[in-house]
Amino acid sequence: MTTLDTTAATAPESLFNRLEPLLAQVSKPIQYVGGEHNSVVKEWASTDVRWCLMYPDAYEVGQPNQGVAILYELLNERDWILAERTYSVWPDLEKLMRSEGLVQFTLDAHRPVRAFDLFGVSFSTELGYTNLLQALDLAGIPLHAAERGLDDPVVIAGGHAAFNPEPIADFIDAAVLGDGEEASLHISEIVRAWKTEGRPDGRDGLLLRLAATGNVYVPRFYDVAYLDDGRIQRVAPNRPGVPFQVRKHTLMDLDAWPYPSKPLVPLAETVHERYSVEIFRGCTRGCRFCQAGMITRPVRERSIDTIGAMVANGLKATGLEEVGLLSLSSADHSEIAAVTKQLADRYEGTNVSLSLPSTRVDAFNIDLANELSRNGRRSGLTFAPEGGSERMRKVINKMVTEDDLIATVATAFGNGWRQVKLYFMCGLPTETDEDVLAIADMARRVIKTGREVSGTRDIRCTISIGGFVPKPHTPFQWAAQAHPDVIDARLMKLRDVVRNDRQFGKAIGMRYHDGKPGQIEGLLSRGDRRVGRVIEEVWRQGGRFDGWSEYFSYDRWAAASASALDGTGVDLEWYTTRERDYDEVLPWDHLDAGLDRDWLWEDWQDAIDGAEVEDCRWTPCYDCGVCPQLGTEIQIGPTGRTLLPLTVTGSHLTAKSDA
Amino acid sequence: MTPREQPEQQAPPVQRLRVRYAKRGPARFTSHRDFSRAFERALRRAEVPMAYSSGYSPHPRISYANASPTSAATEAEYLEIGLAQMCDPSLVRDALDAALPPGLVILTVVEADRTSFADLLTASTWSVDMGDVDADVLASAVERLLASDEVHITRMTKSGLRDFDVRAAVIELAVVDDRTLRLVSLQQTPLVRPDDVVAALRKVEPRLDTGRPALLLRIDQGRLVDGAMVAPF
Repeated sequence: MTTLDTTAATAPESLFNRLEPLLAQVSKPIQYVGGEHNSVVKEWASTDVRWCLMYPDAYEVGQPNQGVAILYELLNERDWILAERTYSVWPDLEKLMRSEGLVQFTLDAHRPVRAFDLFGVSFSTELGYTNLLQALDLAGIPLHAAERGLDDPVVIAGGHAAFNPEPIADFIDAAVLGDGEEASLHISEIVRAWKTEGRPDGRDGLLLRLAATGNVYVPRFYDVAYLDDGRIQRVAPNRPGVPFQVRKHTLMDLDAWPYPSKPLVPLAETVHERYSVEIFRGCTRGCRFCQAGMITRPVRERSIDTIGAMVANGLKATGLEEVGLLSLSSADHSEIAAVTKQLADRYEGTNVSLSLPSTRVDAFNIDLANELSRNGRRSGLTFAPEGGSERMRKVINKMVTEDDLIATVATAFGNGWRQVKLYFMCGLPTETDEDVLAIADMARRVIKTGREVSGTRDIRCTISIGGFVPKPHTPFQWAAQAHPDVIDARLMKLRDVVRNDRQFGKAIGMRYHDGKPGQIEGLLSRGDRRVGRVIEEVWRQGGRFDGWSEYFSYDRWAAASASALDGTGVDLEWYTTRERDYDEVLPWDHLDAGLDRDWLWEDWQDAIDGAEVEDCRWTPCYDCGVCPQLGTEIQIGPTGRTLLPLTVTGSHLTAKSDA
Repeated sequence: MTPREQPEQQAPPVQRLRVRYAKRGPARFTSHRDFSRAFERALRRAEVPMAYSSGYSPHPRISYANASPTSAATEAEYLEIGLAQMCDPSLVRDALDAALPPGLVILTVVEADRTSFADLLTASTWSVDMGDVDADVLASAVERLLASDEVHITRMTKSGLRDFDVRAAVIELAVVDDRTLRLVSLQQTPLVRPDDVVAALRKVEPRLDTGRPALLLRIDQGRLVDGAMVAPF
């Protein structure tokens, strides 16, 4: 295939020779080397569109990311597209790179990030924003989109945090909402056409074509006006051909997109060393705090055959031994019992282990857990009641009663488990001290039940508590976030109650973090464009790797909020602890996740009243708005199909004399 | 309550193979842990019929000998694997080599005999690139180190700061060119590593400290017989 433009026809030189002498001086150098099994290196000149994909965290966290893995594979499958990866470099290498004048590089062919057409950054969390600035700066790409030229990559944000990209609006050229499989290919086609035509109308010409699809948000094409009190007055397109609303993209028929099929096998150690199959996407359980559940609707299942084939091929392609059956609530797959039993049958007697993260509090899950631990490994069971009191759980629509939970753990302890881990949140809307102290009551009942059922005192219950952060596109998007002092005070009260319990206290482990990082996450989650100045200031003051407690500095964020927001009339508390009204224009109102705004508001009012809402997979539609708005529908089984046993072939390596 | 069952006892290996492998180019940045994970996965992709250890989390039977330090390139690493089925060593070599990532190279696979690796691997030959240093300064530092009876350095280990007598482990230290040394050293307990020798040289002659670690390459490993290195196979 011929190269379409002249500017990037010559392949940029590999930076590896300059990088190599630095590597012996940094920690875990292997993370910067690339060359992982299943990685792809293509010839630069033989491709038309070149993506650099980034997960803005260290390699050990970013490499296992499913989103990047999916895009990397499906983009590279096209002979005209090249996709390489880059991750955040740790400060030790950053320092050396700056002193040696070395720029942000890709792992695959060690090419400079700035040479690519597109720089796609996947944000699972807002705490990666400073790392975006870090990567842009190290790449030699102007920080502000407005300052970029024709030869700078188009910087595109994706992932869940992209559903409110306003805080990083100044730094990105575009954001893509929703599923990336088809969207990334569509963008590639638009870029190819634009390059073929000789890049008409320059950078804006390309961005305008992307914006016109209605699926790609280009912040620069929208103006934000503010009211005197600091609230947003309106957000509107500032040129023709740009839609008022940008819609999320929804992939239908996951069976047609069985990715990742051969994910990279890292040489360096990473946080998840397993082959993961997304068994379905979306969730309609309706937990009101859960942004993922709201923005990924409707539920779309992969069929049992596709799951079986993906697991078999994925293990073969990677040599991994652990399989994760991923989704937002894995036990909700319509054929989960068949899937787990049949996979367990298939891999009986091998060292393949199956895991099912994200399961609900439900005795049925113990059956699944039994299937999954046939080989005898029983580490512990994890459940997420999220709220300590019955009232709290009604507010958040986590429909599980304490009796359900106790019945579930009783079954678990009866089946030989000895450890239960329970996840909760603190700082939920309408929460009081009593709601949080109810967590201790629940833990006590768990231990008591465990001791009775198992006949041993060797029972542990770990309670893990995170601070609640209200997220855009959820019923809690209007809620006041609890002040860190409130969260810290409630956690201390809970800790004292647990500590002072002479009968059960020693069997209860408590894990929690202080409330401060949650406030910054809250600022970034529900922030508007003015928050961009705070992010930039924090980065300039040395802020990076904010998801790591050893790097995160609350004081730096607080000081930067004060200085960067000076004169705007709004501040850190305004963005976080302030409740919003129905009438307020929210920074993400022009970004359409499919959810009907009035439905979200009604669900918020129901939350305050403690009224629950059922799952639309087995009760009538409650009009959240997603399906009609986006022309999508629920795709669930059961299919009734079964997995065949894998054919066992003899080893092809046996001694010649045996053959 | 269902009692926890003991996992079944695994059968002992029916065959043991010894492997010599290399780490070349960027792959030298793999740590020993990185290599062992990559190797186990390559064994599975290559469908080598491994024997497993017994217990709740069975591991493939692999034993490593004298791993090189991270960032050292090597042409002479050794390990042994236990198999559950008799295999042709040359087929295993080819399959494993094809399954490993670039830079990790399987050189030779042979059937193990009754000898012990510990007896066969008592010394190594290293090439040490000292970086941009003055050739005369380097030569004189080498002379002084060899002329000393003892040269002690300290290094932080898992069990705290430890003292090593580098001189006792050095059999041969020769200047190859302006910046490169050839080192033959003994592998005893406590193990003196080639970077300890570099540290000792820099202690003897501070002008050799370039601020960067020296580049190391293990050329050969084996035992010394009448002053000559004899590889295990």
